[in-house]
Amino acid sequence: MHIELRQIRKYFGPVKANDGISLTFESGRIYGLLGENGAGKSTLMKILSGYQPPDDGEILIDGQPQRFASPAEALGSGIGMLYQDPLDFPPFRIGENYLLGRNKRLFLNLKAAHRELSELSRRYGFSLDLQSNIDNLSLGERQQLELVRLLVGGAQLLILDEPTTGISAEQKDVLFESILRLAREEGKTVILVSHKLDEVQELCGHAYVLQRGVFVGEASVPCLNETLVEMMFDQVPDRRERSPYALGEPVLELKDLTVSTYRLSVENVNLQVCAGEVFGLAGLEGSGQRLVLQACAGLLKPEQGKISFDGHDVRGWGYHRLQRAGMAYVAAGRLEEGLVAGLTLSEHVILAQPEHSFLVDWTSARKKTEARIEKYRIVGIPDTTADALSGGNQQRLLFALLNDPLKLILLEHPTRGLDIRSSDWIWELLYRRRADGTAILFMSADLDEVIERSDRIAVFSGGKMSRIVDARQTSVDELGHLIGGQV
Amino acid sequence: MNVRRGIVIAWPVLPIVGALAFTSILLMSFGSSPIESFQAMYQGAFGDRSKTLSVLAFWIPLMLSSTGLLVTFTAGLWNIGVEGQIVMGAIAASWIALRVNAPAPVMIALEVMMAMAAGALWGGLSAILKTRGRVHEIFSGLALNNLAIILTNYLISGPWQPPEGGTFRGTQPFQAAALLPRLGESRFSPLSLVFTIVAFALVVIALRGTFWGLKLKALGKNLRSAFLLGVSSEREAILAMLFCGALAGLGGAVRVLSWFDSLRQSISGGIGFLALLVVMLASFRIFWVPLVAFFFSAVLNGSITLQLRTQLHSSLGGILTGVMVLFVLLFGDLQKIGLGLRKKPHEQQ
Repeated sequence: MHIELRQIRKYFGPVKANDGISLTFESGRIYGLLGENGAGKSTLMKILSGYQPPDDGEILIDGQPQRFASPAEALGSGIGMLYQDPLDFPPFRIGENYLLGRNKRLFLNLKAAHRELSELSRRYGFSLDLQSNIDNLSLGERQQLELVRLLVGGAQLLILDEPTTGISAEQKDVLFESILRLAREEGKTVILVSHKLDEVQELCGHAYVLQRGVFVGEASVPCLNETLVEMMFDQVPDRRERSPYALGEPVLELKDLTVSTYRLSVENVNLQVCAGEVFGLAGLEGSGQRLVLQACAGLLKPEQGKISFDGHDVRGWGYHRLQRAGMAYVAAGRLEEGLVAGLTLSEHVILAQPEHSFLVDWTSARKKTEARIEKYRIVGIPDTTADALSGGNQQRLLFALLNDPLKLILLEHPTRGLDIRSSDWIWELLYRRRADGTAILFMSADLDEVIERSDRIAVFSGGKMSRIVDARQTSVDELGHLIGGQV
Repeated sequence: MNVRRGIVIAWPVLPIVGALAFTSILLMSFGSSPIESFQAMYQGAFGDRSKTLSVLAFWIPLMLSSTGLLVTFTAGLWNIGVEGQIVMGAIAASWIALRVNAPAPVMIALEVMMAMAAGALWGGLSAILKTRGRVHEIFSGLALNNLAIILTNYLISGPWQPPEGGTFRGTQPFQAAALLPRLGESRFSPLSLVFTIVAFALVVIALRGTFWGLKLKALGKNLRSAFLLGVSSEREAILAMLFCGALAGLGGAVRVLSWFDSLRQSISGGIGFLALLVVMLASFRIFWVPLVAFFFSAVLNGSITLQLRTQLHSSLGGILTGVMVLFVLLFGDLQKIGLGLRKKPHEQQ
């Protein structure tokens, strides 16, 4: 299958997400689509997969122009896309979810579906428990399920949008292996949308680079990382050194903290985060670090133990009370937990401010918003709604909403989905707050980030917290062992 | 592009036109002339001054309730209990009217305050059941609607029964000082128009210009995010329901003190449910609400004359509004038939 994109254009108001992009894809090859946040990668791929129509331009499949009204139509023509957030129905069982997308008969043939599913997952090396509910699956497993569904639907071209975000290293290996097999043995075309250079180097044969909605260059990979980085950013961004910090008074203290949900309980957590310190929590998703953060934020009631914040015993304090006392919490789900779809950036800025007048002063709110847009480098205007921003810009908006000064910032995956330059920028802004004595406690699935950004690190594994290690003297290897539960 | 824009602007009118067409066919199948019938309806609504005032008098409580509902809808609450809030307002106003003797200004001030308090109480109950008891406001609203109606029936057949004996239709007419001053012989009270304009202006300001309005908007769109941004969902939900309840209660007072002159068995007559339709038909756009409410009021009043003039039952008005609502639901929003000019959320990269 030969796929050609011709002069694809898509504007969102003043934002030119795609400004005349032309690319070709040959079968049996794996392509990397690179670009920093907001470069227009996802927009382009959503157009190709029928999720949204282009404003202008053509999609040619084997020379024939095609127009897709929906992702299902695109899949009918052999184009399937694996989204960043899998589009499945959480309360369903795997078999049901699988049938939903494809069974056109009145009665569901679950048995046959199960046979089909298990055969396919065996073929691609996936391990899916067909009886379990979708909400018990990890993100990686949901991806595998979605991938199988696309393949059964007849996908010849697979688009994977940041597929390794939020999945474990093991699942990543399985995924990459199956992608290689799909391309080499079955002649499928694969497009890997990513801003992680290592992955593109590892998997792809060819890379296309987008910058601000325009196609700026291509390269055969593997090649030098610098070649790609230069195309992505115009210049090679340099990584900043960790700024030195002076340890202040303890801001947050957890003593024998126990938190439980019906799925997992975390027992006897003891840690102390001091003013000016950056404390990283590593571990696979769902190992308990999120529960600890939520307990600190007053969102989850601890079963036992003590939490002190800024010298107060804050057990029983609600989230809003802690917020007023100088705590901030940035959750991972941007449009679910943090931003309100349909509200503008100005409206978010007004809502997030600690002080309010009865009548909203729209003029000054606009000015404040403009200042933050500039400071946090958000691509948007004060009247843009939060849902119209790209993922990376939404993440930046979340940080732009943090108030000054703060005593403690709790972060879930602070730079998930951000490219190198954006995450450097976010961390630089976070480091600047250390000078004011802000303590930062964050969790991340990215071990490099945890090691590079933290002062001290604790690792969670199956609800248990490891010993606390010094970030300067640890390695990915040591943390990897701790994640595996080896002490 | 211009055609599209035209369709977008004319959109709210389309269901009305569709409903008129549908009703015309219905009329023809009964052997009546649609043009004659609609003319009769128009005559019934605007034929003379008293009829026009009647449309206006009916519009006022409908408008007050719709205005209140704008607030609860913005906060994402389905305040089905608005009907009961109207009834409670009517009961509270009647209580003052029947039990207190004072000069008219004092009477009216007391009645209005009590009616607003009673409506707010009924709305607040729904809100507290929601935030504390986790009962969805639709269910508590329905239950409270029934309770309010049962209470009315008990009062008019029991403690507030007219001395000449129970007719089970209503209380005795209130003293003159208790009634809102009406224009001539009509049921229209200019004072109630002032209430309505003030209420509408307040809601426009609240929703467009105040921090409270912004909080409600955030809550209505995403409860979780709004909470994390620092909005107390419980407090704002209760306030929104109290606000809407107070306005609906005021509407109930207008019903007993100017439309009628006593507490009747079906004092609201479904105005609350009608108000829900008004706000939905206006697709939550503030400035459409008065117009849509006025249209409903004209149709319903006009159909009373229709019955007198032609052999058709006055329920034609009901049929017309019902069909219209169906058409609105059927047409849905522009997106469904692919005419949307606004882009969908999460469509961007």
